[in-house]
Amino acid sequence: MTLVTWTRRGLAAAATGALMTLGLPGGVAAQTPPGVLIVGQIAEPKALDPAAVTAVNDFRILVNLYEGLVRYAPGTLEVEPHLATDWEISEDGTEYTFTLREGVAFHDGTPFNAEAVVFNFERMLDEDHPYADTGPFPLAFFFGAVESVEAVDPQTVTFTLNEPFAPFLSNLAYPTGLLVSPSAVMESGADFGRNPVGTGPFRFVEWRSNEAVVVERNPDYWGDPAGLEAVVFRPITDANTRTAEMLAGGIDMMVEVPPTALSEFRTEAYTIHEQAGPHVWFLILNLREGPFAEQLVRQAANYAIDKEAIVNDVLEGTAEVAAGPTPPAFAWAYNADLDPYPHDPERARELLAEAGVENPEVTFYVTEGGSGMLDPVAMGTAIQADLAEVGFDVTIETYEWNTFLGEVNPGLEGKADMAQMAWMTNDPDTLPYLALRTEAMPDQGGFNSGYYSNPEVDALLEEARTATDQDRRAELYREMQAIVQEDAPWVFVANWKQNAVTSDRVENFSLEPSFLLMLEDVTKE
Amino acid sequence: MGRYILKRLVSAIPVLLGISIIVFLIMAAIPGDPATAILGSYATPENVERLNRDLGLDKPLIQRYFIWLGNVVTGDFGRSFTLNRPVLDEILDRFGATLILAGVSFVLCSVLGILAGVVSAARQYGVADKAITFVVLIGISVPSFFLGMMMILLFAVNLRWFPVSGMWPIYGTRDIWALLDHLVMPALALSVVATGVIARLARSAMLEVLRQDYIRTARAKGVHERRVIRRHALKAAMVSIIPVLGIQAGFVLSGSVYIEIVFQWPGVGRMLVDAILTRDVLLVQGGVLFVAACYVGFNIAVDVLQSLLDPRIKT
Repeated sequence: MTLVTWTRRGLAAAATGALMTLGLPGGVAAQTPPGVLIVGQIAEPKALDPAAVTAVNDFRILVNLYEGLVRYAPGTLEVEPHLATDWEISEDGTEYTFTLREGVAFHDGTPFNAEAVVFNFERMLDEDHPYADTGPFPLAFFFGAVESVEAVDPQTVTFTLNEPFAPFLSNLAYPTGLLVSPSAVMESGADFGRNPVGTGPFRFVEWRSNEAVVVERNPDYWGDPAGLEAVVFRPITDANTRTAEMLAGGIDMMVEVPPTALSEFRTEAYTIHEQAGPHVWFLILNLREGPFAEQLVRQAANYAIDKEAIVNDVLEGTAEVAAGPTPPAFAWAYNADLDPYPHDPERARELLAEAGVENPEVTFYVTEGGSGMLDPVAMGTAIQADLAEVGFDVTIETYEWNTFLGEVNPGLEGKADMAQMAWMTNDPDTLPYLALRTEAMPDQGGFNSGYYSNPEVDALLEEARTATDQDRRAELYREMQAIVQEDAPWVFVANWKQNAVTSDRVENFSLEPSFLLMLEDVTKE
Repeated sequence: MGRYILKRLVSAIPVLLGISIIVFLIMAAIPGDPATAILGSYATPENVERLNRDLGLDKPLIQRYFIWLGNVVTGDFGRSFTLNRPVLDEILDRFGATLILAGVSFVLCSVLGILAGVVSAARQYGVADKAITFVVLIGISVPSFFLGMMMILLFAVNLRWFPVSGMWPIYGTRDIWALLDHLVMPALALSVVATGVIARLARSAMLEVLRQDYIRTARAKGVHERRVIRRHALKAAMVSIIPVLGIQAGFVLSGSVYIEIVFQWPGVGRMLVDAILTRDVLLVQGGVLFVAACYVGFNIAVDVLQSLLDPRIKT
């Protein structure tokens, strides 16, 4: 009895204390100001120098500050003119000549011209460039085929490649191809990444470490001015805290909403945005040894796993079932005739019987989480159960992400039969070229960790890479997808739909298939 | 006294050296390297090798250790790979935030803990004692990060009394009130466990003192009970409470790691976690060494303080 009294008194005291704090000046500030969009990001940006960073988290800020010669047309992954108004490709596919947009200036007032373009690419590619030390530039190999960049006249620039390289244009549209102000690089040197200067619809205001990156409308923008006065990017690494901030009104937009938190936002006060992107989540199978050396067993695994249940139950509808190695987001190169392997345990058992291995033992590498890996532990457990259902004996080994990559990338031989993996790319060439070719085996510097080798696929990929005609490329990729699906070097599981939540005050926002966060047209009351 | 402090400071040097070697070896031994972490999906052996060279990680381990140690001695902790700024700048920026959070929590848990312990001891087996013991037990048992999340849910999302996270308002003035507004929840969540521990130890320390003869003498000669507790007992009990405070200061400092993540407080703890996940070797090494130096500093301060309070400790 007395205890209860004490507790009640304690509660009253706590409440009084809290109320007193409530009355403090500068207390609650749940309402964010109009015209200013506050975005809950997943992490502190590494740097705001497009040549130096690799993370989508950083790209989300960069694409609003900078622009490239070309960009992905809104709502697609097809390349369209941007700071270049036009371009010509030579017959042999090794010379790209761009005509630059006139009247464009960097935020520091210096003009955007051919010399600036040359500076950008030489800084990234030439180790002897006076500003090469503003790097390292980890994704410079995107432009590895570039032999030279020349300013023909102030509005014309020519890239010479050492071989035809069809993904060149879509690599230019990738954030690594965003263009920085040469004079700002000269002025800031190694600190350029914290003092970004581009040509985009927003210009940089300040970066308060671990608090916020603030950008404001660029009043001198060459195109239509941005709809927002300013954007504040807040790093909130903990997904629960990010969700709480969104619910409490501390942010107007939240990216990468955890699937389990989505239901909180299914009310009128919020809009949930979803967009499938160039992402594929798969299982690498070890073709060099063990049960998966046999194609029938690989197909059996594809039949055995209930992908519908994984995307709908484990991932709560934040992904779609994958049919093959190429995500449907690459609409122009996607083979829409391919149906995913259906969930058919009966068929899986038959295939295993046919292969003469009814209870194959399998070691399965699972990661705790990593870029694009969605919910790997839960997915791994579901996969283990599905495989066990048809007779597989699956042992899971779990690793932290960096350790996981260190185990998987050098190849699975002698270690595992199966490993989770996910890729996000910007061109249909990238993933198969790096992970499915005979010459992309780990010992040759590739990511073919399961040792898949099919000369037909090799030939198709080589040709697609050098063909300059997009329709021809599309044809080659479609053929490749059909072969790879039948060969089943992977278990094709899911294509992630990126999501974001905005409050009802935010308008004109849509997610892009490129996973980039374009805020130019967004408005807020 | 000066000689005693000097002696303690000198004896800290091998400790810090040992820590530097251990941290260095751990960072070298854990699988995964910064280049792989930076490159992510694009970590081909060729790209990794080139980036490692650019980052200066291709030299032998021992050589790297001595280069690093030599630089640290001259005050150069190197540059963070991921943040692309000097490690020391980042640590000092972040340390201020941690100091505010941990400092306020430390004051809270010391004052509340000692108060609760003293009240408990003075009313041994009474209602207040039982109630305090009960609450303290709950406080010790609830993990601080869980408590933090629950506080966010109740006080920030449902009641909207406090902001969910961060240290400063994104807009508006940055004054002491704005800071307090952001500080209340994380400081409380962080101090709860330490309050419980201090309360328990303060209670037993007080009980022991209260059993002493001189307390009986004081009471017998008619000194008011309040004065007995405050002047006679507490002062003596402080000798055994202060070392506990020193240890709790360390716990509050390390406990701030969870709280900083839950409340997105821009402190050293969150910095270290991020740095470990991205294999930002120099930032981890510098950060750990810095935090370790703080620990050692605390302990020396506590020992000095105790030698001042307790004449039995020879300086």
